[in-house]
Amino acid sequence: MWDQITALFTVGLFQNTIRNATPVVLAAMGGLFTEHAGIMNIGMDGMILIGAFVAVVFSFLFASAPMGVLFAVIIGIAIGLFFALFVVKLKADEFVIGTTVNIFAGGVTVYLLRSVFHQVGTWVSKDIKGLAPIDIPILKDIPVIGEVLSGYSLFVYLSWVFVILVWIFLYRTPYGFWIRAAGEHPSALETAGIDPVRMKFLASVLCGIFCGLAGAHLSLGYLNCFTEGMSASRGFIAFACVVFGMANPPKVFGAALLFGFLQALGLRLQSVGVPSDLTAAVPYLTTVLMLVYITVSANTKKRNRAKKEMKAEEAETAELAEPSA
Amino acid sequence: MQETIVRFENVSMQFPGVLANDNVSFDIKKGEVFALVGENGAGKSTLMNILYGINTPTSGEVYIRGERMVKHTPAESIEHGIGMVHQHFMLVPSFTVAQNIVLSREPRKNKIFYDLKAAEKATLDLVENYGLVVDPKAIVEEISVGLQQRVEILKTLYKGADILILDEPTAVLTPQETEELFEVIRRIVREKDMTVIIITHKLNEVMAISDRVGVMRHGKLVGVEETKNVNEKILSSMMVGRDVLFDNMDKTGTPGDVLIEAKNLYAVDNRGLLAVKGLDFQIRAGEILGVAAIEGNGQSELLEAITGLRKIEDGEVLVQGTVINGMNPGQVRKLGLAHIPEDRIATGIAPPSSVKDNLIIGKERDSQFAKWGMQLKKSTIARYAKELSEKFDVRGAGIETPVGSLSGGNMQKVVVAREFSFDTPVLIIAQPTRGVDIGAIEFIHRNIIEKRNAGCAILLVSADLDEIFRLSDRIITMYEGKITGEFKEGEIDKMGISYYMTGDRSEVGGEQ
Repeated sequence: MWDQITALFTVGLFQNTIRNATPVVLAAMGGLFTEHAGIMNIGMDGMILIGAFVAVVFSFLFASAPMGVLFAVIIGIAIGLFFALFVVKLKADEFVIGTTVNIFAGGVTVYLLRSVFHQVGTWVSKDIKGLAPIDIPILKDIPVIGEVLSGYSLFVYLSWVFVILVWIFLYRTPYGFWIRAAGEHPSALETAGIDPVRMKFLASVLCGIFCGLAGAHLSLGYLNCFTEGMSASRGFIAFACVVFGMANPPKVFGAALLFGFLQALGLRLQSVGVPSDLTAAVPYLTTVLMLVYITVSANTKKRNRAKKEMKAEEAETAELAEPSA
Repeated sequence: MQETIVRFENVSMQFPGVLANDNVSFDIKKGEVFALVGENGAGKSTLMNILYGINTPTSGEVYIRGERMVKHTPAESIEHGIGMVHQHFMLVPSFTVAQNIVLSREPRKNKIFYDLKAAEKATLDLVENYGLVVDPKAIVEEISVGLQQRVEILKTLYKGADILILDEPTAVLTPQETEELFEVIRRIVREKDMTVIIITHKLNEVMAISDRVGVMRHGKLVGVEETKNVNEKILSSMMVGRDVLFDNMDKTGTPGDVLIEAKNLYAVDNRGLLAVKGLDFQIRAGEILGVAAIEGNGQSELLEAITGLRKIEDGEVLVQGTVINGMNPGQVRKLGLAHIPEDRIATGIAPPSSVKDNLIIGKERDSQFAKWGMQLKKSTIARYAKELSEKFDVRGAGIETPVGSLSGGNMQKVVVAREFSFDTPVLIIAQPTRGVDIGAIEFIHRNIIEKRNAGCAILLVSADLDEIFRLSDRIITMYEGKITGEFKEGEIDKMGISYYMTGDRSEVGGEQ
């Protein structure tokens, strides 16, 4: 039994943790912005999927991975604008528009894949250039740590930097304060002379960019291919991480790592004989559990606080009654 | 002769279906306190929104310091030294005081980064300069309403305002906080040579603070007077267009049995903090118990707990002798309780539905209105709604009009009409006349007294002390979830009661 457990914790497990977490981290950094700006963005999954597809297409056309990434970002901006146009400007229901983006993304990628590129299911080609892995000098030579932390595509490292940059942006620049104010009390921002609609547009576009990057990483980061529906609900998981991490970048990053770890663990469990059908469900189960945890813990916290206060109150009254004796 | 700083010339504002301002012309002089009074919907706020640049007038001209403003935005008004403190505060709850004050004009480091230290420094400078004390690092949602208002004023001062518009600034304040606010206004006018425009419908405040007063009615300016030349009676008849009687109401009968009772009641607020801490009270038939408290001292949670909307954590509530713990609002109502909720738009009505539909909510399954409890009898309902809306004087709408499009006063009359028509022995009434004009206040008060004289037990919660004093047989004060005082009618005056509304005085042993 012990052997089986130790067998789970290999270098590969941690490598997979980081690989799985990265697209979620990227998308969640985008989701942070819309969350702070007061937009319920459930369209991230579609944004990622389109980003992944566009990255592959332009990497193929130009035989260049950076071009793929560039166009994934451009299409991310476009979807972000589209989303904001309907949700913020035209005040359509954010659930409807988010769902629309998801369904549209699933349909249009499959349609274009089959009709233009004549591929079904998965599109692999030697002309799809991926992002080269980066070895970090010195670090790569340290045993174990080197293996775990070195040798990923640029995006993995970028995602770590983004966590810090996003935090600085939100909490140390005026724009960050404006985006947060736009979500919390739009008319306060408006009367101060700044248009909250523009801030919400900004948040939506930033979300589009990050989801585009997440998609590009998914398709060009290690496998260099596009598979129908390859976003595999990562947008929703990213959304859950945003909620779980209370839209605070480092906490959201932690939540994404936890998710990545559990997914990797699920994979490893297969090697010790747990059926793959079960292990594949781990990340989604985790998402559900995370959300249940948030709700339940918030409620118990409330209950406990009330109980404690009531006890203190009673003790106080008892004390007041006693000295007379 | 003082110089003119703001001038309205023939300003009219046409909203769809409503002429909010009708050819209004007047001047405001530098260094004066100008009060703008009028009933709800008289066009005061619209006029100030035009000055601040939120609305663009349909016709007419606005001048600030002699400069004509054409389609100006709030940002341009700020440039011209106008600051507005809105009735509903424009503060971001999770930001600190300093962060709210500098919002949109944040001090920066290296042009990109927010200089948080400099923001606090700027706030402290303002505090020193104007004598309005606040803690720059305090989180706005954790400070009192009075302090939040101070932050609002500082916000405008930070942006260099010297013309200050205050939209119903005292609506949420205690008498003591109001007095403090007036001190601040007097000081900034005297020492900093500022001009203050104050919108209100409390006439005693007009008399206390203003140099001149403009009265509006139905979008028209009825007159501008020197405050020292008028009194409250003159102003109120100008506002309403007729004499208003503010006598006490005729109360008759003697209290009967206890109909509603709370025993050691505990309830928590939405954050899970204890909001109602061991309340005990009884209300008898033919008696009105007034609850005087500043907003956020547990009275909302109390209302919800006794109407079944909020869980009772400890203790119990009895309606006509039955314990209601664990019951839902429908079950509590069946015991003989009706409820006029404090927020009519959120919980009192269904805004997009018609007057008719709103009037029969809660009765739609009665055999009177529905066959087999399923099929609505349309013509009966229409006749009933018409009768009821005539009886309760709901104006400006037919029974098919969406309630949400009525004025505040008429909306409230719909709520009152519906709840009173249940003919229950227990009435829970919260803020019955908040944001309602004088004519409607009179009408609603008369109806409440009628119910009392007919033998109802009434719990009245109101932020308006005039209302509490006018209607209540007994008054209890609440502070931080506890009862801090209980008084019979005539035992205490308004200034006296505010002492009990602002702290637990039991330990001091009476006087300070």
